[in-house]
Amino acid sequence: MINPKAIIAARVAKELSDGDLVNLGIGLPTLVANYIPETMNVFLQSENGLIGLGPTPTDAQIDKNLTNAGAQYVTLKDGGMFFDSATSFGIIRGGHVDVTVLGALEVDQEGSLASWIIPGKLVPGMGGAMDLVVGAKKVIVATTHTNKGKPKIKKRCELPLTAYQEVDMIVTEMAVIEVRSDGLHLMERHPDVSIETIIEQTDAALIIGDVKIMEV
Amino acid sequence: MDKFIDKSTFLAALHDGQSIMVGGFMAVGTPEMFIDWIVESNVKDLTIICNDAGFEHRGVGKLIANNQVKKLIASHIGLNPDAGKKMSQGALTIELVPQGTLAEQIRAHGAGLGGILTPTGIKTIVEENKQKIIVNDQAYLLEVALGADLALIEARTSDAYGNLVYDKTARNFNPIMATAAKHVFAYVHHVVKQLDPEIVVTPHIFIDGIVQKEANHD
Repeated sequence: MINPKAIIAARVAKELSDGDLVNLGIGLPTLVANYIPETMNVFLQSENGLIGLGPTPTDAQIDKNLTNAGAQYVTLKDGGMFFDSATSFGIIRGGHVDVTVLGALEVDQEGSLASWIIPGKLVPGMGGAMDLVVGAKKVIVATTHTNKGKPKIKKRCELPLTAYQEVDMIVTEMAVIEVRSDGLHLMERHPDVSIETIIEQTDAALIIGDVKIMEV
Repeated sequence: MDKFIDKSTFLAALHDGQSIMVGGFMAVGTPEMFIDWIVESNVKDLTIICNDAGFEHRGVGKLIANNQVKKLIASHIGLNPDAGKKMSQGALTIELVPQGTLAEQIRAHGAGLGGILTPTGIKTIVEENKQKIIVNDQAYLLEVALGADLALIEARTSDAYGNLVYDKTARNFNPIMATAAKHVFAYVHHVVKQLDPEIVVTPHIFIDGIVQKEANHD
């Protein structure tokens, strides 16, 4: 597979609808913005206090007081606006965000997510992730299927949780998986990846029905 | 009536062991000159309340680098490896708080509330040692209000009273922190005679002192 991240970002973008308010997490999820059709009106929110996130600025357009939550320079689209952090998280926790897309260290078959700490090793902090996962209407985890061959989709998260049973969908370079009350449903597979390979690279149990081919 | 203060008034307000709220998000909207003055003052054992740990040479990271911080209350420290290192060495206590909870704890203090109920952090390690309250069959955590001795904020424009307008994403935690400390100092880029009352974000009653960029501070 040439570029797993591009495959994931392009597939996640297909989940967005006209008029959606969407929060894209730092890293891979940020790439989703590149695959939203220009004809579609999707409003991107950034938890540091804006709605209407536009493309990366040219050097001449850079404004050091206009950044996303990852401290990268951004632009503001027509109709965009700014607000303080309490308003921003009121929007997030209050259920006004339609879709949040974020990465994972681990995600499990109950839809619980671990993404903010590896005790004793890496402690970046949760930032806004806990609020986003609890508050957004739809939670999409966008992640590579494994961490260098080690499954990230587990029966049960071992790392401290970001949130309990809040994830709705998992998109990887191999598969699209829906989290339902009876477990993880394999909905789509990458054309070059067999169902057997996906099962082998997933620690969690997968429910296999009519598996479609991912459009890539 | 005006609230302009000089550097000596600012320095006189600093004390060892204080709690200080600092506005800014990854140092965007952080009043860097105030940070530099704290570094110069060399006050110790501070409790810093800020969205994040900044960078090692930018934002509140400068105070951590200068070993002036005893405790940091923040949501994220990932862009300042120095903070993580000092935490694992035991030289710095870090309390990590979900960002929305931190914002709301600060807002609650400024609004005279004892705390807030949030679903964020339920069934995670964030709920440890906190009271759980069930409202309409949903579980919430009681997160208590958070105030400070001093709040240091940055704004784009002020009038002489201290009414404030912010600049883009440099707004972030600044307006809520302005409500939640005993003393609030604002670093402002421009001063105008009059602000349109309809666009004021922070009412002047919250502001105790204004320092203007590029005024003569010594």
